[in-house]
Parts: sequence; structure tokens; C-alpha cells
Amino acid sequence: MTNSPFSEGIVAGRLATADLADNFADLHPRLDDHEALVAADRCYFCHDAPCMDACPTDIDIPLFIRQISTGTPEAAATTIFSQNILGGMCARVCPTETLCEEVCVREAAEGKPVEIGRLQRYATDVLMERGVHPFVRAPETGKKIAVVGAGPAGLSCAHRLAMSGHDVTVFDGKAKAGGLNEFGIASYKSVDGFAAREVDWLLQIGGITIETGKTLGNDVTLDGLRAEYDAVFLGVGLGGVNAMGVDGEDKDGVLDAVDFISDLRQASDLSDVAIGRDVVVIGGGMTAVDAAVQAKLLGALNVSLVYRRGTERMNASVFEQNLATSKGVRIITNASPKAMIGNGAVREIEFEYTDNDLKPTGQTVRLAADQVFKAIGQSLDGNDLPDLEGGKIAVDDTGRTSIGGVWAGGDCATGGDDLTVTAVAEGRDAAEDIHATLSA
Amino acid sequence: MADLTSDFIGIKSPNPFWLASAPPTDKEYNVRRAFEAGWGGVVWKTLGEEGPPVVNVNGPRYGAIHGADRRLLGLNNIELITDRPLEVNLEEMTRVKRDYPDHAVIASVMVPCEEDAWKKILPMIAETGCDGFELNFGCPHGMAERGMGSAVGQVPEYIEMVARWCKEATDLPVIVKLTPNITNVLYPAEAALRGGADAVSLINTINSITSVNLDAMSPEPMIDGKGTHGGYCGPAVKPIAMNMVAEIARNPETAKLPISGIGGITTWRDAAEFMALGAGNVQVCTAVMTYGFKIVQEMITGLSQWMDEKGYESTADFVGMATPNVTDWQYLNLNHITKAVINEDDCIKCGRCYAACEDTSHQAIEMSEDRVFTVKDDECVACNLCVNVCPVEGCITMRTLEPGELDERTGQPVSADYGNWTAHPNNPSAQAAE
Repeated sequence: MTNSPFSEGIVAGRLATADLADNFADLHPRLDDHEALVAADRCYFCHDAPCMDACPTDIDIPLFIRQISTGTPEAAATTIFSQNILGGMCARVCPTETLCEEVCVREAAEGKPVEIGRLQRYATDVLMERGVHPFVRAPETGKKIAVVGAGPAGLSCAHRLAMSGHDVTVFDGKAKAGGLNEFGIASYKSVDGFAAREVDWLLQIGGITIETGKTLGNDVTLDGLRAEYDAVFLGVGLGGVNAMGVDGEDKDGVLDAVDFISDLRQASDLSDVAIGRDVVVIGGGMTAVDAAVQAKLLGALNVSLVYRRGTERMNASVFEQNLATSKGVRIITNASPKAMIGNGAVREIEFEYTDNDLKPTGQTVRLAADQVFKAIGQSLDGNDLPDLEGGKIAVDDTGRTSIGGVWAGGDCATGGDDLTVTAVAEGRDAAEDIHATLSA
Repeated sequence: MADLTSDFIGIKSPNPFWLASAPPTDKEYNVRRAFEAGWGGVVWKTLGEEGPPVVNVNGPRYGAIHGADRRLLGLNNIELITDRPLEVNLEEMTRVKRDYPDHAVIASVMVPCEEDAWKKILPMIAETGCDGFELNFGCPHGMAERGMGSAVGQVPEYIEMVARWCKEATDLPVIVKLTPNITNVLYPAEAALRGGADAVSLINTINSITSVNLDAMSPEPMIDGKGTHGGYCGPAVKPIAMNMVAEIARNPETAKLPISGIGGITTWRDAAEFMALGAGNVQVCTAVMTYGFKIVQEMITGLSQWMDEKGYESTADFVGMATPNVTDWQYLNLNHITKAVINEDDCIKCGRCYAACEDTSHQAIEMSEDRVFTVKDDECVACNLCVNVCPVEGCITMRTLEPGELDERTGQPVSADYGNWTAHPNNPSAQAAE
């Protein structure tokens, strides 16, 4: 190890290999059998449980927890997967503290909810580690469906369609399937290649072909897909990154947080990933937190997450904010970037303090920065798409777009939060509607 | 501070908490540690005849029922009486009683149903200085197959006969330990009284199979692929034991027969409940087998605090105080009307009361869109199920309607008069009210 947290500039190997391995270990390791039984015991098996309502995929949470408590985690996993085929990833990345666990009656009673997310991880891991795929494909229908995007929405849609007996081809521009599960999530939330293993496991249903390296508009077109297939589902995500529009944004060292997160996830050796000494992340969402925390875990000396409004307006949950500060990230609020300063490479950023309505105060402050990650949101990329609404593909409750025979879901479409679990629900529901339409 | 010292049929002990005859009292080492921990007395593990002792199985001898968080709710065992030689036990009892003269040491005894056997062994045991005898007519497994234990306890004539032999053989107090594996506990209790017993203790363990090994298809505990029924004890049996205690305490023939209460006693409150129903003292086993001897410290402080709060100076002040309130169903006041009330501030909105009432009872709870649960007084029969299934203690309570208040379910005002089934118009054998 030649470098340390004090090394100037953007360099790799600030920490020893062992420390990096520790830092990027599973954030919440799987519960062991005993822990799972103790955690499951706390569930009250509520009537019409609030946690179920809070889950975008409507998993029957009391039932699966009861199945764990009676020693049948495999049955519990099937309960989960029947609603959410990516229940394994959702158990890792769902902001449960703002979904199921927030409304758990034991959160109301004791401020300590049942650990629903970790119990879901336990059950799904048990079944997946046995290599068991709990569903059987219906007799083939002879219908062909194109799914664009192999992220959570596309995979969920493809699985549900394949289960109904349809033949599905999934196109994705990247070299690997998985979408944000594979490229967009902090490494410590999905370790040991879980995203890729989950895709392999999901494909066991049969009837799904994945074609990687094919993007919409370049390799395939919507018109072409519509002509060739009985239905099309668009789950293309948000491929564009919002620009900040400040002076010096093009300086060296100013990067998109999504690229940093993606490169880190795909790195075979964390010792090769370069990181600045003074890192500034601009944004207030999950992506900003993922980038800031990982910058710190890679050995950056100072990491600041700067958000233009107050903490209460941050998209990142309180849990995520606490995670960041516990890892040593400094959260600075009510500061809007004004200029990147430096000769060729960024050296400093100037911010102006702004209130929660972004009203400028005229007060400015400068932060040292040799590396800046922009995490101010992503946007839909592409032409010849169905009608948009608010920058996203307009869909109805079942995912239908303005074009007949074309459905959409996930981050690229209107409706719901930009969460993995929401994308899974939308993909699944669109598949049901496609199936109903094709069966009519 | 309340005086916990206990005098049970002339046997004195520092407190009313004895250890029941069972593995915890099988040897000197245990009993000394129990007394040091604070137990008031022990009933020594059952002694058998001279000669080669019984042998136990060499596989598992306990099975269990667990509640949430693997709390032990029920335990069963297939262990026999002491498997150590009689003379060893007698030597140890002598030493223990010598060193703990103020603590109670009772000898539990089980020998074949023959006069000579009982009349020979009791004087031998008395030489230890023990304070009394407990005749083990309760053990339901193993020994019963040999004509002892519950095989005697299930035949009132045998109980009376053996009790009489024992009273002829010793001047020390004799307690008859009853088996619950009978249809009416009054018959054996009355038989013990006729035989001259100074007291009864109950309950011994209940015939049981706690679980089945679904791989081996055998009851647990499993010995080489087979199992046998064992004796069930622990918190799960407490309600059964308390009913039997109460039946004996309120039966005119046996009302004055002292009772040593046994069955799932785990806390001071359990002990107080048994004593309120008529037990002069209590015996504990499963709780110490689960948590160790130290639990007696909580029992001592808890009972003392409660007695101080209630103004009871000695345990005798409250023994049997609940007995007169144990009655027959037919004498319950049918004009006493209550309704469930859900405290919205305490409610955590789990909806279990709703599921229980809607699915299995009287559809008397309303659930709003935002999960507010309200009792429908015009449907509520006051069954108490919602109170029992609610996870928050005290959240749902029963309100007693005042005389004259309208019962919305029947449309009738609440009567101020006591009225039971015996005089109810729907009762074909009702006697007209005066």
C-alpha cells in the first residue's frame, strides 16, 4: 500500500485490502436460524396488516413471517416471490424504514418494528441457496413479448409473462442484465454477485431470452419491436444524468455519481478504485448517500454530502442519512453549488446558502474538493417513446402507454416512487395486463 | 415487612416456597444450594425400597412445549423415582436437616402397595430428622406400570388404606400427593382424609405426549425410535392444578384438609393465586428446572411487597380468601352486564381483536378505514376474547353497566337484582322467584 487517506489527488489503494474488504462487507448479513426465529416471534400476525399495505408489491408479510416461525422458510420464500420475484434484492435494498417497518404496529407500540426486511432476506436466501425455483411455467401460448430493459421492472415483467407461458425476449444496453440492481446499488447492500445470481435464478422459469448490448433507438426500435412482437414492455430506466448548470462543471474530477457507483460495483479489486482525498457529493437522495458512503469506505479523508435544502427535504431516508454520518460523511444542508474552481482539475467548490425554497442568501462558502460526484437526479433518455408526462412515459394503473400494445414501468414511467420494489410491482402488474390482453 | 414464615400442618419453614419432589431435590448438593438460595423447604426426591435402586433411561427423559421466544411453557418427563441407593439418600438427608434445622425437609416415599413395605421404610426415614412424609401416589409413568404411583392414586380405596398404614407407622405429618389423571379429584382427596392424612399436595404430573418426531414417527422424548407418555408440568398445567385445588378447598367434606399447591408455579403471583384458592403453601419444580434456584428471590420479594400493599401480615391472612368466590356456573349473576371498551390511545392497531371477533365471535368490533377499532355495544356479549388476544395489556377493558343503564344488545335496562340460571325463565327446572 503506497497511498493513504492523506495522499493528494484522486488515487487508488488508500486503505489496506483487508480494511476494504471489511468496509464493503454485507451491511446487514443474513440472520442465522436462531435470530430469524426470535425476530419472527415478534410478529403479531395483524389483521389486514399495515405492513402489507405499505409494501408496493403487497407481500403477505404476516403469513411469510408465520411460515418462518414454524420452520418453513422455503414456504415463506414462495409467499414472498409470488408477489415479488425480486424479493431477494428488495430485502437488501428496500428502504423498509419508510415502507413496511415504518407502519409495523410494534413500531407504534415500542419504537422497534419487526425486522421485516431481514426476515425476508432470511427466507429468500434459504430458498435461493438451495437453487430451488418455486414456480412452474404454464403451457406455452405461442405469444412473443419484447421487454426493453433488464432492470427490476423488466425482469419482473418478463418473469410473470414467462410464467404465464409467453416467450419473452429482454433487450438491455449493458453487457450484463440486472439494471440498477447490478450497476446502481451500493456494493455493501448486495455482495458476492447477488444481483447476477438472482437473475440466473429468476431465469430458471424458462421462456426468457436476454439479449445484452442492445439499446432502444440504436440496435432495436420501438416500431420494429411492435411489428415483430405481440406486445412490448418498456422498462428502460432513467439513462440520462441531470446537469447542474454551474461554472466549471466540465473540470477534471467532476463526475456523475451513478458512474462511480457502477464502476465500483463492477470492479474486480477495490484496491484499484481511485478516490479523492477531499470528496464532495452534491445531491440529497439515495444515490448521493451511496456515493458518499462508499467514497468514505474507500479511504477518502473528507467526504461531504451537500444538499441545497434541509435534511427533512432529502429523498434519502433518515436511516440512510444516519448510515452516512455513522460512516464519517459530513452532511451539509441548504447550500447550492455556484462554481467549480480549479485550474484544469477541480480544487474547490463554491456554494451559496439557500433556504428550503432555494431563495439565495448571498452568503457563500467554499469547500476543498479534488473529486466531485453529481447526484442531482436522472432523467429519461431516448426518442420515439410514447407520450411523456413530467419527463416520464405516461402510463395508467396497468402500465399502458399512449401507444397500443406498448406498456411501461419502473423509473422511466409515471406512477410510484423510483424504488426497486415499485419497479417490480409495476413490471408484474403490466405483465398481468399484457397477459389478460393477449388472452382476450 | 410481611412475615413470610410458614407453618404448614405443623411443619415450619422460613417461607411458603418449597421445592417439589423432583430432580432438583435428588441430592444433598442441590438441596444445600437451594436452601442457600432462599427456598423454605424441599420435598426430597421420592425414595424407594432398600436394595438395588430403579434405573432410568439413558436417552432423553424430558420433552417440552415452547411459547414465543422459546419460553418453556410445558415440560414432560419420563424420569422415575430416585435412582440412588436408599442409604445414600438417608445419609444426605440427615446431614442436610442437621445443618438446616429451620428449613423443611419432607421425604417423598413410594414403595409397593403392601403394609409391611410402608411400615418398614417410614421409621427408617424418620431417623434422618425429616419433618414429614409425602406419599407419592401421583407419578404417572414407569412406576405406575409396577402398581405404584398413580396406579395407587387412581384407586381411592388404596389411597385410604396406605395413608392409614402410614399414619400408624409414624407420628410425623403425612401428606398424600394426588394425581390429576382421574375424573374427579374429590374422590382421592376424600379418601386421603378418611385414611388420616394430614394434608394433600397437588397436582402431580399429567399424562402427556408433548411432541411427535415427524421424521422418525415417534413420540418425543424418543428412546431408540420409541417414546412413552410422560408427566406434564410447568406453566401450561397451572390452570388445571388451580381448579383441582379450588375443588378440594370448596368441597364441604375436604374444606379443612390442608393443601400444598403444585402445578406450574413460576412467580410470586402464581404462588399467591394458589394460596388464595386454599393452598397453605406451594411447591415449585419446573420453574427452577428452567431458570435455576435464584427465582425464589423474586418470589420472596414479590409476595412480601404484595402482602405489605394489601396489609396482610402473614400468609395465613390470605390463604383461602378466594375460595368462597369459586362457585358453580348456575349461581353466576346473569344480570351482571359488561361491554368491552377499546382505549384508542393505547391501541397499536394490530387488528387482532377485530379478526377474533369478526371471524370467531359476535361481529361486535368495527374497523374504520384508518384502523380505528370500536366496540359495537349492540352486538357485544362481553365474551372477553378481544381482551385476551390484545397484545397490549390493559388496552381493552370490560366496563360494567350500571343498574338502569340500557343494554343496547337486548334493548333492556340493566337490572339491579342478582339473578342466576336457577331462577331464569328459560330454565325448565327453574323455581319461580319469590
